[in-house]
Amino acid sequence: MTQKSLHKRNNKLAQSQEQLDFLANGIFKNGELPTFKTKLAETGIDTLTAGSLEVLQINVGYMCNQVCEHCHVDAGPDRKEIMTKDTMQQCLEVIKTTKAHTLDLTGGAPEMNPNFRWFVEEASKAGIKDFIVRSNLTIIRANKKYHDLPDFFKKHNIHVVSSMPHWTQGKTDKQRGKGVFNQSIQALKDLNAVGYGMPGSNLKLDLVYNPSGAFLPANQSAMEKDFKHALLDDFGIQFHNLFAITNLPISRFLDYLIASENYEDYMYALVEAYNPQATKSVMCTNTLSISWDGFLYDCDFNQMLELPVNSKIKHISDYNETLLNGRQIVTSQHCYGCTAGAGSSCQGNVA
Amino acid sequence: MQKTYYDPADLKKFSKISDWNEELGEKFFDYYGKVFEAGALSEREKSLIALAVSHTVQCPYCIDAYTGDALQRGITKEEMMEALHVSAAIRGGASLVHGVQMMNKVNKLEM
Ligand code: SF4
Ligand code: SF4
Repeated sequence: MTQKSLHKRNNKLAQSQEQLDFLANGIFKNGELPTFKTKLAETGIDTLTAGSLEVLQINVGYMCNQVCEHCHVDAGPDRKEIMTKDTMQQCLEVIKTTKAHTLDLTGGAPEMNPNFRWFVEEASKAGIKDFIVRSNLTIIRANKKYHDLPDFFKKHNIHVVSSMPHWTQGKTDKQRGKGVFNQSIQALKDLNAVGYGMPGSNLKLDLVYNPSGAFLPANQSAMEKDFKHALLDDFGIQFHNLFAITNLPISRFLDYLIASENYEDYMYALVEAYNPQATKSVMCTNTLSISWDGFLYDCDFNQMLELPVNSKIKHISDYNETLLNGRQIVTSQHCYGCTAGAGSSCQGNVA
Repeated sequence: MQKTYYDPADLKKFSKISDWNEELGEKFFDYYGKVFEAGALSEREKSLIALAVSHTVQCPYCIDAYTGDALQRGITKEEMMEALHVSAAIRGGASLVHGVQMMNKVNKLEM
């Protein structure tokens, strides 16, 4: 289990340019595998284009109580990038006017931002249809001050989306750290206790599954059945939907792929699983990602790679939704992670 | 000529079998695909059977493919190893049960 972020370890892959260079070279440079652009062209697609905005995703900071091995954010307790109240204020102005039907708060552990609760209270006043908070579950149990989060979420009708790599302790703890499984189970019970995830409940609780290793996720609905069955039988836990997400070859997962000598095979698997259908509904086609410091990106992955939107509007302070709609998406080889098989987005399979 | 009989990269070329006999190749792959669809058995159960049989026929390509497949399906190490022991038990048992034939023969020949 990794204890520190790549940034803290001064690992060169902490630099986004290093990651981009790595993804542009090697097997993609020598022609062994086609670049993402070439692959798009081979399947008659010029470029990915953003449609009208549906999901506004805001990353309120990279600080996290966990240091998961596969984390694409390189999050951890040692990350200091936290959205300020001023930037949140700017986000609120946008939230009031956006046509997006979904607001999606992510991190790190978004709950660790000192202004998180204030921000949720204010943002929920805008009346956006679906208000998601991506909670890593263990945060709810991490400290007394977070124990009431289930009630807080309920009060603001938050849609909770949480990661759970497996229904067994071994696989979960290996990916996310020792003790994570038991704490996550307890947190899920806490959420169930206030009504989250129960059959027919309006309090939505969805789980996100991403593979704990250098392999792609299997069929989402089959995994959902297995998860539901196991969590209910073993722990009496219920949830609504499972989203199966492919790990993208960036940040800590890229570091893991290289260190474990799985990088090439993994890229082969992603390229082989390329599905042109999935390109129509990848996340960036309806999402905009805002970073802790207010810059705009096509998705959370591009944010971590510091690939800004291809638009005159680069920052929340100049926000203009009409101008942003229809922009060309900035892509690189990591995008193969979104187009593999049934496709993958923060909402799971897309095709 | 390659230096080893098996090359992991060859697994990716499996479908090329059809290049030299398209009709039979395609029939085989159609059949293969159909076999692994969920039916009375789930895809997960079929994957575990395939993993166990892969070891029985000692096919490195199949072991490679179905170990990966099992991981993708969230099958645990414990489940995989148990499946292997089933195949090992049958394989060992198959040798051993022929001992009855040996014993019959000995009993017949010996005074
Ligand atoms: S994957 Fe999520 S929970 Fe794990 S370190 Fe990253 S942000 Fe935190
Ligand atoms: S990583 Fe995925 S969501 Fe982001 S730009 Fe590429 S295809 Fe779009």
